[in-house]
Amino acid sequence: MAAMDPVVLFFMLGIGAGVARSDLRLPGAIYDFVSTVLLLAIGLKGGVELARDTGGMSLTEFAGLIGLGLALPLPVFAVARYVGRLSRADAASLAAHYGSVSVGTFAVVIGYLASRGIDYESRAPVWVVLLEVPAILVGILLARGLSGEVAWRSLARELFLGRSIVLLVGGLAIGWASGPDGTASIQPFFFGLFKGILALFLLEMGLIAASHLPTLRQHGLFIIAFGVGMPLAAAVTGAMLGRLLGLSPGGMAVLATLAASASYIAAPAAIRTAVPEANPALSLTASLAVTFPFNIIVGIPLYERLAAYLHG
Amino acid sequence: MEQFNRRLLTIITEAALERELLAEFDALGVRGYTITDARGRGGRGTRKSSWAHEGNIRVEVVCEPSLAERVAGRLRERYYDDYAMILFMQDVSVLRPDKF
Repeated sequence: MAAMDPVVLFFMLGIGAGVARSDLRLPGAIYDFVSTVLLLAIGLKGGVELARDTGGMSLTEFAGLIGLGLALPLPVFAVARYVGRLSRADAASLAAHYGSVSVGTFAVVIGYLASRGIDYESRAPVWVVLLEVPAILVGILLARGLSGEVAWRSLARELFLGRSIVLLVGGLAIGWASGPDGTASIQPFFFGLFKGILALFLLEMGLIAASHLPTLRQHGLFIIAFGVGMPLAAAVTGAMLGRLLGLSPGGMAVLATLAASASYIAAPAAIRTAVPEANPALSLTASLAVTFPFNIIVGIPLYERLAAYLHG
Repeated sequence: MEQFNRRLLTIITEAALERELLAEFDALGVRGYTITDARGRGGRGTRKSSWAHEGNIRVEVVCEPSLAERVAGRLRERYYDDYAMILFMQDVSVLRPDKF
């Protein structure tokens, strides 16, 4: 068995320290800084690669991704509502969280593939941008219905101008405009330090995940089974879509991971104001304390093998 | 030194509400406020400020008692059911009444 990726061990250190109630605590500003660097680095890397090759995204791929973002929340909602017997608002909130994506998980999968020398489509950061918003809109519609009272204008502003989208798209644009040579001077910081920054990010995420573990007990077995089962089913869907779109095995693994990941920043913020009666702790606990750790520790290596298998 | 009576309204609530709250203030005619990050424990669990996405904020407004009542009434009607929010008022003295 290959040695475990050190960034995953940092995540486990965070969880362990949190569970043991260590006084380890990173200031909020550090989390903001570290996540900003990661988002910019992911965007820049994609932009530089896009500048290198001209292979753009086909209309089929664009439509396939938007379709995935719109469709994923529906089975999530059905399972949460009819198997988990949750209220409509809570089921819709879970649908938005699980249909949308986690950039943190994306950062881990590209780090994982890079360390194994597996190539993936350079436009992958664009997939993140395309997959983040549609599911959140579907989740809100599931809770509110078409006629419901939703402040769409301020919601759209919050979603499309949220920091993850601004930083990812901004990074992509800067990387694309400057190209490989232009970005040479900033590459040591953004690309050279990527894994180290990712390690710090995951340490903090471990602490955050641990702080949500106590709430797990209040929500019972369903949320644990849901938090593990949903990503597995979604990963298969994502990998198969990748196969249909003709992606490389690496690209299929990335798409499977994105489908499996659950949002813990954009979705909670949007749902909190658009569907206030949903219990925010339920979705966030499932996403942060179950699905995120599962994907980081077990899921990603599994999805990579699944993609290789499906690709044949 | 002459002093004037005003009301200090303190609201402690979820950071996610900040933008909406400020829109309410504008609509109700609140002219100034102070916001600080906060953490603590209450009926809806423990809130830590280390992660901005689930932290609390403490909002302070000094204004005429009638305006403070209107703001409190509006917040109670609109947010008390679904959000973690507490609100309390104190009488305070200010030196420049035209400012508040």
